[in-house]
Amino acid sequence: MNSWIDLDALWKIVVIGLLAGAGLPALFAVGLRAVSLPGRDGGSPATEACDDRILGSNPLGLAAGVVCFAVVLAAIAWGIYSVVAGT
Amino acid sequence: MDDGILVLVVVTALAFDFTNGFHDTGNAMATSIATRALSPKIAVALSGALNLVGAFLSLSVAATIASGLVNTHLVTLTVVFAGLVGGITWNLLTWFFGIPSSSSHALIGGVIGATMAAAGTHGVKWHGVVSKVIIPAGLSPVIAGLIASVGTYLIYRLSRGVPDRTRSHGFRLGQIGSASLVSLAHGTNDAQKTMGIITLALIANGTVDSGSEAPFWVILSCAIAISMGTYLGGWRVIRTLGKGLVEIDSPQGMAAESASAATILLSSHFGYSLSTTHVATGSILGTGLGRKGAEVRWRVAGRMATAWLLTLPAAGLVGAGCYGIAQGIGGTAGVVVVFVLMVVASAALYLRARRTPVSHHNVNDEWDGATTSTGAKEPIAA
Repeated sequence: MNSWIDLDALWKIVVIGLLAGAGLPALFAVGLRAVSLPGRDGGSPATEACDDRILGSNPLGLAAGVVCFAVVLAAIAWGIYSVVAGT
Repeated sequence: MDDGILVLVVVTALAFDFTNGFHDTGNAMATSIATRALSPKIAVALSGALNLVGAFLSLSVAATIASGLVNTHLVTLTVVFAGLVGGITWNLLTWFFGIPSSSSHALIGGVIGATMAAAGTHGVKWHGVVSKVIIPAGLSPVIAGLIASVGTYLIYRLSRGVPDRTRSHGFRLGQIGSASLVSLAHGTNDAQKTMGIITLALIANGTVDSGSEAPFWVILSCAIAISMGTYLGGWRVIRTLGKGLVEIDSPQGMAAESASAATILLSSHFGYSLSTTHVATGSILGTGLGRKGAEVRWRVAGRMATAWLLTLPAAGLVGAGCYGIAQGIGGTAGVVVVFVLMVVASAALYLRARRTPVSHHNVNDEWDGATTSTGAKEPIAA
């Protein structure tokens, strides 16, 4: 710590910023990938029918995706809460 | 002491807040508008509403502006007023040229300039200015850019092989969410700067005690002013940020906005009044760097950086000049004269801007090198 830069706050901003600002979008991408997984019964995602759909038909993938999205939303809610409560 | 001047100061402060809103709409919404995740009209409405909410959420930045930068006992109402005029003038000029410069720096520059004109250099807490304004201004775009480029890289890597429809649909939804967060964060950070200034004026006038917090009517009126400004939309700036800097795709937009939101909210949390504009620009540049083959227009970025360097001194000069005029004429009359001058200058700029309009109709036209579109009449296909 010195009087010009609050290094303590700086590293917190960088680390938490990376986790929240880059980590959460990455988790969101993982979620998207999970929900779009093709089902076992169906063909490849390249067929016309699948191309039109937004969600895949793999139940495990859908569940994993929902968990990812839920974590993202929860993290955002917690983040806003802690900013509000911090003042 | 002088309630007539106080009223003018509060009106000017709210006018500044309004220009702050429309100057900065682009920080939150430019990328969503550019990728068409949201229609321009809906984007500005959403952003305005969330700015309103955000303004009530956190109050730690307001304190920084009010007490950390100038010696409050040297500040008179005329100083605050001249500083605000400096900030508004710079905001309108940069808006006219479509340059996303920092509204916060314009305000701080104006106040510092006016304080120096009134009380000399010792009226300014230089240590506070450097450690709370200049250093964060240098660091914040770099941090935001770093976060955005890491995010962009991860997103593109992880979403490889996801079918196109899912991808575009999903990331647009994600973009709307992250853009909303930036708007909220903007409200928490920027609305407070005006709250801080009005509080400073109230302290200078002896209406409230030194060191007190912003009264509720101040919070409410600032929140409303900034959200109305945001709703009006600074289309010129939106165009530069969304189309001029980097060609943006929705995954990049989401990465940029998440990085901006995280940086701004965290800094708000630690009481840094950093510029949302610097953060958003850093993020957008970062997202251009994080994706292979994305084109970053460094010339546009360079022009912005120049404007950023000029912001503090330029707004400071206008602030100092306005203080000189107001003080030279003296009393309430002096303040009224400067107020009228400012209104005339703003109106002139507004009328001049109408000759090359940028609005929600043409905000997404192809970037042709100029900040303001020349093919203004060409409508966008649905």
